[in-house]
Amino acid sequence: MSAPAILPGELDRGAERAILHRQLERTWATPAGFWGALTTVDHKTIGLRYIVTAFGFLALGGVLALAMRWQLARPESRVLSADLYNQAFTVHGANMMFLFAVPVMEAMAVYLVPLMIGTRNIAFPRLNAFSYWIYLFGGILLWAAFALQIGPDVGWFAYVPLSGPQYSSGKRADIWAQMITFTEIAALAIAVEIVVTVFKQRAPGMSLDRIPLFVWGALVTSFLVMLAMPAIMIASTSLILDRLVGTHFFNPTEGGDVLLWQHLFWFFGHPEVYIIFLPATGMVSSMLPTFARRPVFGYLPLVLSIVAIGILSFGLWVHHMFTTGLPRLGESFFTASSMAIAVPAGVQIFCWLATLWDGRPVWRTPLLFIAAFIVTFVLGGLTGVMVASVPLDLQVHDTYFVVAHFHYVLIGGAVFPLLGAIYYWYPKMTGRMLSERLGRWVVGLIFVGFHLTFFPMHFLGLQGMPRRVYTYQPEMGWGAANLFVSLSSILLAAGFALFFLDVIRSARRGPVAGDNPWDASTLEWATTSPPPPYNFARIPVVTSANPLWSEREALPVVTGLRVDRREIVISSVSDATPQARESSPRDSIWPLVTAVAASVMLIASIFTPWAVVWGAIPVAAALIGWFWPKGLPEDEA
Amino acid sequence: MRAGRRLAIGVGLGLGLGGCSGSQSALDAHGAQASALRDLMGLFTVVCGTVWLLVLLALAVAVWRRRASGREPAEPGATSERRLGIVVGVAVALTVLTITGLTFASYRTTRGLTGIADEGVTIRLRGYQWWWEATYQDQAPERVFRTANELRIPVGRPVRVELAGVDVIHSFWVPSLAGKQDIIPGRQNEITLKAERPGIYRGQCAEFCGLQHAHMAFLVIAELPENYEAWRSAQLRAAEPPADPEAARGRDVFLAKSCKACHAIRGTPAGGVLGPDLTHVASRETIAAGLLPTTRGSLAAWVADPQTVKPGSKMPLVPLDADELRAVSAYLASLK
Amino acid sequence: MRERVAIDLAHLPLHGRSTASPTWWGTLAFMLLEGSGFALAIAVYLYLLSNAPEWPIGAPAPDLGPGIALTALLLASLVPNHLVARWAAKDDIRRTRIGLLVMCALGVAPCILRIFEFRALNVSWDDNAYGSILWLLLGLHTTHLLTDLGDTIVLTALMFTRHGRNRRRFGDVEDNAVYWDFVVLAWLPIFACIYGVPRL
Ligand code: HEA
Ligand code: HEA
Ligand code: HEC
Ligand code: CUA
Ligand SMILES: [Cu+2]
Repeated sequence: MSAPAILPGELDRGAERAILHRQLERTWATPAGFWGALTTVDHKTIGLRYIVTAFGFLALGGVLALAMRWQLARPESRVLSADLYNQAFTVHGANMMFLFAVPVMEAMAVYLVPLMIGTRNIAFPRLNAFSYWIYLFGGILLWAAFALQIGPDVGWFAYVPLSGPQYSSGKRADIWAQMITFTEIAALAIAVEIVVTVFKQRAPGMSLDRIPLFVWGALVTSFLVMLAMPAIMIASTSLILDRLVGTHFFNPTEGGDVLLWQHLFWFFGHPEVYIIFLPATGMVSSMLPTFARRPVFGYLPLVLSIVAIGILSFGLWVHHMFTTGLPRLGESFFTASSMAIAVPAGVQIFCWLATLWDGRPVWRTPLLFIAAFIVTFVLGGLTGVMVASVPLDLQVHDTYFVVAHFHYVLIGGAVFPLLGAIYYWYPKMTGRMLSERLGRWVVGLIFVGFHLTFFPMHFLGLQGMPRRVYTYQPEMGWGAANLFVSLSSILLAAGFALFFLDVIRSARRGPVAGDNPWDASTLEWATTSPPPPYNFARIPVVTSANPLWSEREALPVVTGLRVDRREIVISSVSDATPQARESSPRDSIWPLVTAVAASVMLIASIFTPWAVVWGAIPVAAALIGWFWPKGLPEDEA
Repeated sequence: MRAGRRLAIGVGLGLGLGGCSGSQSALDAHGAQASALRDLMGLFTVVCGTVWLLVLLALAVAVWRRRASGREPAEPGATSERRLGIVVGVAVALTVLTITGLTFASYRTTRGLTGIADEGVTIRLRGYQWWWEATYQDQAPERVFRTANELRIPVGRPVRVELAGVDVIHSFWVPSLAGKQDIIPGRQNEITLKAERPGIYRGQCAEFCGLQHAHMAFLVIAELPENYEAWRSAQLRAAEPPADPEAARGRDVFLAKSCKACHAIRGTPAGGVLGPDLTHVASRETIAAGLLPTTRGSLAAWVADPQTVKPGSKMPLVPLDADELRAVSAYLASLK
Repeated sequence: MRERVAIDLAHLPLHGRSTASPTWWGTLAFMLLEGSGFALAIAVYLYLLSNAPEWPIGAPAPDLGPGIALTALLLASLVPNHLVARWAAKDDIRRTRIGLLVMCALGVAPCILRIFEFRALNVSWDDNAYGSILWLLLGLHTTHLLTDLGDTIVLTALMFTRHGRNRRRFGDVEDNAVYWDFVVLAWLPIFACIYGVPRL
């Protein structure tokens, strides 16, 4: 390709830093104020917003969990009615999975991936802004419905026929299904952005074997999202069609099938749990070297096990359906494939242990969370191996044993690393440190509170307590354990409350962090805390897997990028050789407009199919506004 | 397997359970299936527990081995990398071995579960929102009868339970006897129960099925074969005509009100099928799917206001005045 | 952190095409996720089929006429589609404009045929599960036809404005052509399901 016309003076030709920063600031900064807040496409602002919103949903879902625990603390208690309880666990589960766990992991990727790979913004920044708005509206939809007491009450996997037209009247199941549509659109958008960002925007020299492990986790997760989420889109669409226009996908008397729903749901639902888990392992792999004071042991095996888990995760959905009476031999295959996941999971655990073993651990809060993670996740993974056994699952399926399993892996396996990650990257995001003293309390309370809350659930399950029961009779003998669990959950909640307190307090009053407070090795620490709108004044050049450790004196960087337009470097997929200087879009209100139009259409379509027809018009108009060129420098080629 | 069982019991005791936690517990096994599953559970617990402890040990040693020495990150040495590589490799190999063994053990148990021969007692069980209907099958049509929320089975004989769905998905689960099996509309499932000793085993619907999923329990009463046969013949008989005038009045009320639209009482014109067969309702331990013990008082309370006792239940409140209620409950209590 | 300048990128183009373009990869990613949607919808079709005692359920197999016409049209449209892509790659504005107009027409025509296709299914979505999945498959593909048609029309309009003479727009035309290929190719397995399988 021929060299294009260059307008000299607008290029960074080794300009003085202060001048360079001023020019870049002018090009990249989002104007302050309300309008700026609505139009921004800065991945850091959006990522942070996403993270804060997701934690808001965690707090809401957690409060709901406390309400459930209050109800379950004593037999035949009347704190929540049956109807309210059924809404509570459905909204708790759906909220935690679709509004907290998946989005928060993607949000961390939205914030961190561009910084870790050394670029200035995520690919398709406007899509990113759109994704956040859609996610927010979907979350509001679910919680508004719950506040109005028309929240879904069919469980987070909404099995038909209970959620079908005959047995779930009103709009409750439709709200569940449409909330799915919202969150899946949001997640799919981010997945596409992450894949393209990682493939094409890595800093020069960041070949595949130098990609930070968190980025690998985010990349594989994005592929899982793209391959698994269409399943639930098909499922929830079919459900809405069954309910709204009388199709018969799930109606056995007209050739439909009840188990079809379960196959579709779990074909998505199983990868879903690794969509939550893989980024968390990536966080562990990326944080651990900093505190073990040595590069991670087994980079290649770690990458391979992330990929292996990703691939295997599509071959085990049936382990959620062992009691449905599928052929036993086929089910045994799914036992084997489920247990096979223990191998890549084990590889990761062993590599982390080896890293710690050979390192010189520095005991800071993130490392405490990693230790808590290993203890807890391994236990949860092992109970996973237990429920993967067909015959054992016949006993423990749909009991509190499974509830224990999945809270161990979700909270122990994903939330612990996430909280560690917040302690770790908070200084980068805000410029201030979280409190180390409070941090230790947070780890302690959450760790102890967690185990006291969830460990006894294993026994409750074995003693015959099914899940999703709003109450139980005194003579069942589950009262004492339930009371203990409920009291312990207060301890757990206190830990979370303290965490929130620390986060809120430190935003103003925490000690100033500096660029690289932990002396970490990856690129996000090469820029200021918080990073400027353009992330890096000059894009770094990567020479090793731990660039900041191997380039102690001075970081190699590139020059020659334009400063009058938002410009990023496009590089090749495998070895990241620079290919082009591409522009990155400016702020725009259109993503928000499109999201509003799409939300109106989706919510109205719960009530009439015609909403899809008429609603498509404003959506199309907004999209044209979005993509129509505005004659800005970004449009030059 | 003997050793496995002793192990399981040992583990259970060690955890302070001792397998005596009431009549609805997977650890309190009284059936062939449940015992096999409990043994397998013991095996898995021991193996997984050991793996967990080993990981904890490795973690503890790893972090206590040495401490930070200055900020400068270490450059890993080639020999230590190789040594770590070998250890990790061995651990992975052991993992593969362990899961192969566990997969094999669970496959063997699965095969054992399906190998029980059919010996003639066949019950068709249907789950409704939120109660159970059992139909005892027989070659001779006149020996087929319907009952609800309670299964009686003979000790020592395998009982085939055919599970056919009607409304939503339910799941049949008697943990002390066997694992669970879903009841799915449009599909036929079945499960075999075999009780080793007489006793009352509680079961509960395990698949979320709506508002009163929590109150969809039932009892399995395992009896010596002769008692079972006696019970069966009693169930086959039509309801005795009421002996005292109050009960007779109760029957008249029952037949005059809408009750008969949903309930059947053999020997009377009542032949409804939407609710439980009440021919021998008083012979059952509980009513309303395990919610209340069967007494005259509880029957009265139930009929007086089912929607308060079990909110959302598919039985509506049928207005009765105090006298009618007293009479109906007397009648129902007489249906032994 | 201190810096040292290692390379200068001033010589790089201001915009990359095909594999050097994020939009190209973005299009690919969307094709992947939509492709997995199509694959799953087909899986649902086959699953329902495998459960059914008879297939098609309670209806004659769909009439072939409109479906074959539409398939032929779609396959034929690949030729002008590739020509447009080639002209756009050469930044030939005049030919690209003409090609896009043709592609607009070739986008509208299948949509009209599609109406007849729905009629030729011989079954309604609310008759039974067979009807439901047929309408879903056809509906899913129609959505893609319509969105790509909308895309093409807007792009065509754009190429006639002052923004048209821009390498970036030519790149968009190329990406749009790739996407049309996808819409056509995705149709073939669906066509096989709807029309072929009931005749097996
Ligand atoms: C972060 C989420 C997460 C993760 C990581 C996992 C991990 C695993 N899960 Fe879990 N699972 C859930 C979330 C998760 N799960 C949820 C949410 C549900 C319930 C959904 C619902 O019903 O609501 C569920 C339910 C569920 C079921 C269905 C149970 C039922 O409904 O009856 C099964 C069955 O096979 C299962 C298995 C497994 C297995 C084998 C793993 C494996 O990946 C675990 C692998 C890890 C290890 C094994 C530990 C580390 C390894 C070593 C230290 C090596 C040594 C190990 C050995 C020698 C064995 N899970
Ligand atoms: C990541 C996912 C996730 C997380 C984090 C949690 C967290 C918790 N969960 Fe949940 N849970 C699920 C996912 C999750 N859960 C799923 C998928 C289901 C299945 C649903 C279904 O069956 O459909 C489920 C079901 C479930 C049940 C079973 C219900 C039933 O079957 O009847 C129970 C019961 O105890 C429970 C309890 C808890 C508790 C006590 C917590 C605690 O960890 C919560 C602790 C957090 C807090 C208490 C919040 C603290 C916040 C504050 C104190 C406020 C401070 C606020 C500000 C400063 C703004 N959960
Ligand atoms: C519209 C149908 C309907 C009507 C009318 C009706 N019932 Fe019921 N009945 C049911 C259903 C359904 C159940 C099971 C409820 C449950 O357990 O959730 C039931 C349960 C019962 C039970 C408990 C049976 C058991 O074994 O658990 C009794 C006793 C009973 N009904 C008596 C009556 C009487 C007396 C009347 C009239 C005054 C009556 N029913 C009217 C549907 C009805
Ligand atoms: Cu029936 Cu739960
Ligand atoms: Cu799973």
